[in-house]
Amino acid sequence: MNLYKYASPINFYPLAGKLIPWFAIPSALLFAVGLFMGFFIAPSDFQQGDAYRIIFIHVPAAWLGMFLYVLMAIYAGVGWAFNARLASMMASSISITGAMFTFLSLVSGAFWGKPTWGTWWVWDARMTSTLILLFLYIGFISLQSSIDDARRADRAGAVLALVGVINVPIIYFSVQWWNTLHQGATIRILQKPTIHGSMLWSMLIMLAACWLYSVAVVLVRLRCTILEREQNAARFAEATV
Amino acid sequence: MLRWIVWRDLMLAWRRRADALSTLFFFVIVVSLFPLGIGPEAELLRSVAPGVVWVAALLASMLSLGRLFANDYQDGTLEQIMMTPQPLYLIVLGKVAAQWLTSELPLVCIAPLLGVQFGLSNKTVGVLLITLLLGTPVLSLIGSIGAALTLGLRSSSVLISILVLPLYIPILIFGAGAVEAEIIGMTAASHIYLLGAVFVLALIFAPWATAAALKISVE
Repeated sequence: MNLYKYASPINFYPLAGKLIPWFAIPSALLFAVGLFMGFFIAPSDFQQGDAYRIIFIHVPAAWLGMFLYVLMAIYAGVGWAFNARLASMMASSISITGAMFTFLSLVSGAFWGKPTWGTWWVWDARMTSTLILLFLYIGFISLQSSIDDARRADRAGAVLALVGVINVPIIYFSVQWWNTLHQGATIRILQKPTIHGSMLWSMLIMLAACWLYSVAVVLVRLRCTILEREQNAARFAEATV
Repeated sequence: MLRWIVWRDLMLAWRRRADALSTLFFFVIVVSLFPLGIGPEAELLRSVAPGVVWVAALLASMLSLGRLFANDYQDGTLEQIMMTPQPLYLIVLGKVAAQWLTSELPLVCIAPLLGVQFGLSNKTVGVLLITLLLGTPVLSLIGSIGAALTLGLRSSSVLISILVLPLYIPILIFGAGAVEAEIIGMTAASHIYLLGAVFVLALIFAPWATAAALKISVE
């Protein structure tokens, strides 16, 4: 089987349609399991009470928000460098999901901050850099949506995303030195994590659920983009396969 | 070639003196509005001065960025220049240098006066001047990427702000941070070194990204 065949949007369109349920259904199941464990099995925190439970959506959302930006930049870069339409469409599809998760992490963070810190928002380093990340997403989306020519939109978005990726560490460290209040990271790869086992498991399950959700939603949006740009060809491919 | 581009853009700017002057007046007016908005207490004004001057400089640079390539793009000169065998990197560098000389340097020159207005000491005004001298070229360099990307688009001036302002944040933090550190009696050197590092990085990479963006926009 020649995998390069699927680099063409028309060939990928039916494949994406077949793949979506394989990500959407496990995602729904894992959301159910993760939320159940998060609400009923994980113990209350002795300092933060039950308010900490928002961590189960906050942390996966924040991780995905950051990760999807890098992924988006990689796809946009590949699409620009190799003139691959599908990769560019993938980047535009990811941008919306990434912006959504970044926004979700800000909102859930605000709901968490109110009971534990006593305030909705503080100008702390991580929150501020997440806010800036949201601005970068908005810049990418608004640039792409204001260019009518699809190929120019892809390439211009790629330049912006790559410039943004180079800037993200600079922004992160500048904001870090500027101010810090957020609690330190509790999950490290090399050390033993400092949170309770069932809390960790609920969080990891929720992370996996968010992951699968992202893949499913991005594929749905990718199919829409392919339909928009290559209407006749896509319908033809669906009919013949 | 570099000198020729700079000279040509300077001549063009000289024939339209009002454009550069309006940027300068915008800067002065925005900075002067802050005391009216937050009250005339000297202590408060002194503590917000670095941030106010820097944010106003960021906003003022937005005004001139839209003109960086747009005029040449509309009358077709840009296409002609890009067809010459000269490296696009140098052409971009020349245009950015001319933009900095005509739109940003006047702001840097007037800033000490505004610093005095906000009750900063002489030494602090000196630090403000150094940070602006190092920081405003970075604004022009990063801004040129946004200007090239939005060339010929609808509502491009608003779009430039959305694209470029988040990328300016490190400059704002280091620039205003240096002046702040000087005010509270700490050393401003570390912030100034970081600003210098960002300047060097932008000088190397930004014209390259702008050149790539121009090739995409002019096809």
